Amino acid sequence: MNTPTLLGLCAAVLIGLGLYGLIVSPHPLRKIMAFNVMGNGIFLVAAVIARRGAGAGMGGDPVPQALLITALVVAFAASALGVALVLRLFEETGSASLTAPDAAPRTPPSESEV
Amino acid sequence: MPAVDPATPGGLLLVLAVLLPFIGMMLGFVLGGRRAQQVAWATIVIGIVLMAAIAHRLWVSGDALVYLLGGWAPPLGVSLRADGLAVCMMVAVMVVVVGIGVYANGDFGTPAGVREKRSALTFWLLLLAVWGSLNLVFVSGDVFTLYVALELLTFAGVPLVSLDGRGETLQAALRYLIYALVGSMFYLLGGFLLYGAYGTLDIALLGQRIGAEPVTWIAAASMTVGLLAKTALFPLHLWLPPAHAGAPAAASALLSALVIKGAWFLVVRLWVDVFAGVITLPSAQLLAALGASAILVGNVVALRQARLKLLIAYSTVAQIGYLFLMFPLAAGLDAAQLDSSFAVTGGLLQAISHATAKAAMFMAAGLIYTTLGHDRVADLRGAGRALPMTMTAFALAGASLIGLPPSGGFLAKWMLLSAAIATAQWWWVLVMMAGGLLTSAYVFMVMVRAMAPAALGWVPKARVPGYQQGAVLALALCSFLLGAVALLPVDVAQIGRTGLLAMGVR
Repeated sequence: MNTPTLLGLCAAVLIGLGLYGLIVSPHPLRKIMAFNVMGNGIFLVAAVIARRGAGAGMGGDPVPQALLITALVVAFAASALGVALVLRLFEETGSASLTAPDAAPRTPPSESEV
Repeated sequence: MPAVDPATPGGLLLVLAVLLPFIGMMLGFVLGGRRAQQVAWATIVIGIVLMAAIAHRLWVSGDALVYLLGGWAPPLGVSLRADGLAVCMMVAVMVVVVGIGVYANGDFGTPAGVREKRSALTFWLLLLAVWGSLNLVFVSGDVFTLYVALELLTFAGVPLVSLDGRGETLQAALRYLIYALVGSMFYLLGGFLLYGAYGTLDIALLGQRIGAEPVTWIAAASMTVGLLAKTALFPLHLWLPPAHAGAPAAASALLSALVIKGAWFLVVRLWVDVFAGVITLPSAQLLAALGASAILVGNVVALRQARLKLLIAYSTVAQIGYLFLMFPLAAGLDAAQLDSSFAVTGGLLQAISHATAKAAMFMAAGLIYTTLGHDRVADLRGAGRALPMTMTAFALAGASLIGLPPSGGFLAKWMLLSAAIATAQWWWVLVMMAGGLLTSAYVFMVMVRAMAPAALGWVPKARVPGYQQGAVLALALCSFLLGAVALLPVDVAQIGRTGLLAMGVR
């Protein structure tokens, strides 16, 4: 088994783990972590694709590397936004759950309290 | 035909169309407070001129506008390309942004002597951000720039949901963000796979090089699923109703009318321009089957809502379904060697008429909320007397959603119906008819209750300014009279697309 294939399989495992975590973890912070695991798997795919360009005599294909850096920055910003929302949600409601008080605010009585 | 389109005169206009809103946003952020609104309006006014110039250039040249960033040609460089589809969407977005801006002067204005609010500043900045990122979505000529544009759109859309900072809107925003992030990761994976297989990210080049092989199918499936989560197509729509119903009216209008259209437009770009030669009819049927489920489920659930804003949000879920009916119709027309642009234009018209109608409906709901102090569908009596202009607008927008002539919705559904009949796909006709009936049920339900006379001695809680009502009515009229584009001598949406379509021919 050569290195790109091994790394590609690692990427697939990371993506699968991340997706599993995203679906089954109820806590938003865990979901954000799982999103990062999944993201790392995808970035690894890009890195493997860049590595394949090394056959042409270069150290690697620079285009996927450039894309990878951009995508990393975007994912970082997204995680920061997500964590900020979780913190604010905790400040406002005292819990950072996505599920529990879901049905409560939509009922008409809370309308009159506002 | 050359492999890559050379830059055309006027291409620089596209760069300006993308940069202008972001320049305005940053300027507004720096000047801050009450200046943000003035900066936003100055930007919008310049934007109108710019949009007119782009539309004029497209009309005169009869071909797509192209700009190569830094003079680098694809496959290495990044091109901006505005064909008829893109320019139509850009103009529609401009109209809706102006309408929402006029409305938001009331809700997010900062009159002299009043302490400025953070939500107002944020709203004006995000309005410009949504507008700018949508322009980038429409003109991007490569798959990765589209990813960046999508992420910008998400980052602009998520805070709009939680503009008032209440717990449940923060929750809705967080859920929206998670759906959107997973969606963009899937999209990114598909983009990387396409680059790995074909060595380019340029849409036109990919359309030429792409072949029917496993890596293309995986990339197409992954990108499509990711975008469906962002567009909120059934069954990935769960985040939409709380997010769109919980936001302030102007933000709801922006989210429901425009933000979801960004990801939808990308699906169109991919399926029509990139994967045109690879798409099989069954896969297109699957996409439309999801759309059909969205139409039926969204409309039925909308009928059962107690609150007007949630009703309108579920109506959005249903209307998104119509946007996906065009894919098997276009594929079917292609397979029959007929002109598939008919179905694509129908889908585009549906997107534009829904954008204008839904913005008008959400803003009408906002005015009703201000006037009555609540938006319970069961106690809307008196709204018709207090807000005659707004209820007229609601009815006109509803007529467009139902598809009554001469509205834009009618023309769009007529084109889709004709395409369905021409390709002998009668089941989509049944779905569209049933969807129209269900839509009319909830529009009439709201209208009948709102027209009931108010209780004796009832006075409105607050008066709403006339210009807000005017903005709502103007957008509803846009949607209602959009059917008049049938009178145009050429199919504007298809300008500059002949080259791309020719590549998809088998």
